[in-house]
Amino acid sequence: MNCQQAGPLIDFYADGELDAAAILELEKHIHDCPACALAWRNAQDLKKALKQDSLFFTAPTELRRRIKTELRSQIETKSRWSFGNWNWLTTVTTSVATACLALLLTITLTRPSAEQRLTQEVVSSNIRSLMADHILDVVSTDQHTVKPWFNGKLDFSPPVKDLKAQDFLLIGGRLDYIGGRSVAALVFHRNKHVINLFIWPVNEKDSKPAASASIQGYNVIHWTNAAMTFWAVSDLNKKELMEFVQDYDTAVPLR
Amino acid sequence: MLPHLDAAYNLARWLAGNDHDAQDVTQEASLRAFKFFGSFRGENSRAWLLTIVRNTFYNWLRKNRLAEIAGDLDDEALMVEDVSANAETINLRVADAEAVRRAIAELPVEFREIVVLREMEGFSYKEIADLSDVPIGTVMSRLARARKQLQTRLAGEFQTGGAK
Repeated sequence: MNCQQAGPLIDFYADGELDAAAILELEKHIHDCPACALAWRNAQDLKKALKQDSLFFTAPTELRRRIKTELRSQIETKSRWSFGNWNWLTTVTTSVATACLALLLTITLTRPSAEQRLTQEVVSSNIRSLMADHILDVVSTDQHTVKPWFNGKLDFSPPVKDLKAQDFLLIGGRLDYIGGRSVAALVFHRNKHVINLFIWPVNEKDSKPAASASIQGYNVIHWTNAAMTFWAVSDLNKKELMEFVQDYDTAVPLR
Repeated sequence: MLPHLDAAYNLARWLAGNDHDAQDVTQEASLRAFKFFGSFRGENSRAWLLTIVRNTFYNWLRKNRLAEIAGDLDDEALMVEDVSANAETINLRVADAEAVRRAIAELPVEFREIVVLREMEGFSYKEIADLSDVPIGTVMSRLARARKQLQTRLAGEFQTGGAK
């Protein structure tokens, strides 16, 4: 290695971007060449000089406070609107996004929340059901066949609805396992899209408005009503999935 | 709360060059990050937020200080390094923060950005390339040029300082 070659490598080495073989060669050259040894020392000194804590600007407290206030008021205005407005979908999306970011910003970033974990779990289950071709344990478009099938297989009786009129075709159901428990999974078709609807009971008397998320290209909407929690997952677009959710549970209080 | 706000502000502060504009940029970027959180895919939320800070800053710059946007930085011109420029002891061990601060502040904005991302935030070349949407070769050459300018400026700083 000559000085011409060593020159740029010195920076890469200082930045930890050099592979082991090149490091060996470079070190050998630095050892033998006073000019490059000096350049190497200078590179390290410069890095050290640039890393001084006092060069780092910390955000002023008032800025932090202002942003927090602003974010809070955004969340509040977003949630203060009524259903019937056709903008509701954007607003749902925005407020959910807002809520998600609030989560992201306020809770630790590395550990997923319970909700994120569940979202990931239902999406994974949805993908598994499609991949392993194990989507249905009971094949029937008749809700009166599907509902009794769960008897004795679950410790609850999931509400099974027929949405043929709304163009969401029930094609059957299966048992699944989400969040450490057995759950009912109902499968619907719209056009070529599959919707998995996971249902299990929860200890919550209050119904919860629909919240949506989108991961790995799947849309997820979940809500709670009458002590049952519902998670709809599909590659269907969010608008149609929201229609499905509304049709499925007209009592869903939509925010 | 707002764990990456300091990083966001630090980048904005170095880019904008003053507290007032940096606060505006940081606030706008935070709210934008908030609004577009739905589009966040990936693991590195700090890099994501800083990308937004950066974009917000350049939009702001375009609106407010058109003159400062450097024309063609001629990134390719650097490819041959002149090693002899390093051939004096700069003695940065004693470099005081104020001198370093001035030296960074005098760099063109594209160089300041890369110095902050590499040296203060510790991002890899690849991460910086993604973050600032330039090829990795450009990141490397800009970084090398920024360093050379810093070394030259700081060497001058200490020569004059020593003469006093």
